Amino acid sequence: MDATIIGAAAINGLLLGGIYTLVASGLTLIYGVLHIINFAHGSLLMLAMFGVYYLLTLLGIDPYLSIFIMVPAMFALGYLLYKGLIGRLSSGKDENILLVTLGLSILIENLALMFFKGDSRTILVSYSDTMVEVGPAFVPLPKLISFGVAMALCAALGLFMQRTDIGRAIRAVAKERVGARLVGIDVDQIFAISYGIGLATLGAAACLMMPIFYVSPTVGHVFVLVAFTVVVLGGMGSFLGAVVGGLIIGLTESFGGLFLGESMGQIGISLIFILILLFRPSGLFGSKT
Amino acid sequence: MNPADRSTGQDTGVQRADASAAAAADAHSPLKPIPWKLHLAVLAVAVAFPFVFPSNFMVNFGVLALFYAFIGQSWNISGGFAGQLSFGHVAFFGVGAYASTIVQMRLGWSPWLGLPVAALAGALIGGVIAVLSFRAGLKGSYFALITLAFAEVLRIVSNSISITGGGMGMLIPMKIGAANLQFAERIGFYFLILALAAGSIALAEWLRRSRFGAQLAAIRENEDSARALGINVFAEKVKVMLISGAIGGVGGSFFAQYFLYIDPLIAFGVDKSIEMLLVSMIGGAGTVYGPLVGAVLLALVSDVTRTLTQIQGLSLVLYGGLLVVIIAFLPNGLLDLFSRKRGARRKKP
Repeated sequence: MDATIIGAAAINGLLLGGIYTLVASGLTLIYGVLHIINFAHGSLLMLAMFGVYYLLTLLGIDPYLSIFIMVPAMFALGYLLYKGLIGRLSSGKDENILLVTLGLSILIENLALMFFKGDSRTILVSYSDTMVEVGPAFVPLPKLISFGVAMALCAALGLFMQRTDIGRAIRAVAKERVGARLVGIDVDQIFAISYGIGLATLGAAACLMMPIFYVSPTVGHVFVLVAFTVVVLGGMGSFLGAVVGGLIIGLTESFGGLFLGESMGQIGISLIFILILLFRPSGLFGSKT
Repeated sequence: MNPADRSTGQDTGVQRADASAAAAADAHSPLKPIPWKLHLAVLAVAVAFPFVFPSNFMVNFGVLALFYAFIGQSWNISGGFAGQLSFGHVAFFGVGAYASTIVQMRLGWSPWLGLPVAALAGALIGGVIAVLSFRAGLKGSYFALITLAFAEVLRIVSNSISITGGGMGMLIPMKIGAANLQFAERIGFYFLILALAAGSIALAEWLRRSRFGAQLAAIRENEDSARALGINVFAEKVKVMLISGAIGGVGGSFFAQYFLYIDPLIAFGVDKSIEMLLVSMIGGAGTVYGPLVGAVLLALVSDVTRTLTQIQGLSLVLYGGLLVVIIAFLPNGLLDLFSRKRGARRKKP
């Protein structure tokens, strides 16, 4: 096979992986701190994408500018969702939390189906078709932007966790709940903030994705298993893992499509997920449990 | 077939001891024996239903309700009785649907033979998933997620190979005749699925009373203590997945024969996994009649909303909301409402 085709597939895979990384970083944060597997992650992303869609079509706000609206909005949604629903139920078994987030995703998805109808929508912006030459490949400008911004946001999130008081408090709670409470951290507040930040990353991801992807009420399905695979591959709760895992999964998808064809190509992600869970459940960078 | 026959309280002392051991582990477990009159009454209502409401619409309603009760019981036996939460139960359903359709279409076997073939295929895939996952020590949420991934792998494979007809799926030619498992009247399908559902309920009732069932309850409540009691946790969990897989497989075979069509999204779509889980969670996971109650409710809600409104998705909005409410307030399902009431009444002098 031609080297340029392989090079192009690699670049496309990496660009795709950038978005996966951003989606997965929220999931891994929520898991790392709250030990909740947020099954509603995909449908909440879908909700955010519809938000971006309507901000553009109704108010004419550019998707990239919507970041400044969607990030705080999704943070608020996550904060309230935790305070109002998830936090109240989180004392029980982790299976119950999984089921609550499942119920939530069914609810959100079908509410979206009721209000937005089932068809897929895309948006058109002036730069949609602008192509940029990157090495051996021509890639659409929005893909390049999404990758750059996604990586920058992941770095910013990492810095936030390392350098700020709230970030330190979140890491303290993730490591040792009781100890964190003993030194005066409001653990419940930190949980709600963490869930909010987890959803805020979805707000950002939605803004970056809308120019290159479609949205429909079931679009979350596409991302649920992918995001979980990234998180499991990188190691539950590990940011570095989310970045590396996201890029690997992006490449897997791109090369899978190239070598196995469109239909069979999707199998790589599910297989990686199964193999990692079976043979190395702590992932590449996770701590042993 | 009739669960009432064996429910006249003839358990041995050993079984009772096991049952009470499980009771200690789970205060909510419905240990009160289900009176055989209740079994009989439910069966009588089910048999009478298509004669009282003979319209195609109503019989179809009955078929779908019993079908969901049946595949819901498949989820309930592993998810409810043994506590192994699965998000990919559709894998058994889909493998059964494809197995029976393939032996019928490609090998020319009778669709009646397709039913046991589907049971075997479902049990096989259940066993494979169980051995791999439980060997690796996966439980709780991790088990739920890996089952989802297995179903996804099966969907992609069935979409990509030729023996399944790929993405086009397989159309079973219409050839009406009871020998061909295609009944001229829907009532034929009704009594077939009624027999299957009653069989699954009898199995659940046996599980509830048997030593095996008590061991499963112990595993569900606490795997480590179950192991300490000398239960071979791995073997019991594999066994329950074999049973659950067989039921799911038969459900898939029935579905393919009823609708005469199967494709990768129907066979392995996440929706059916979720519906199997929902009917038993909402009715009451780990109870004998939970899936039936949940399935009747699901069929009612979806028919009523479809008849009264044109709004897409409303029934599942109600159902998703119900799931959240149930986990918040009634973690043992709707049936718990009744057992709580009865328990409360009994306490009064």
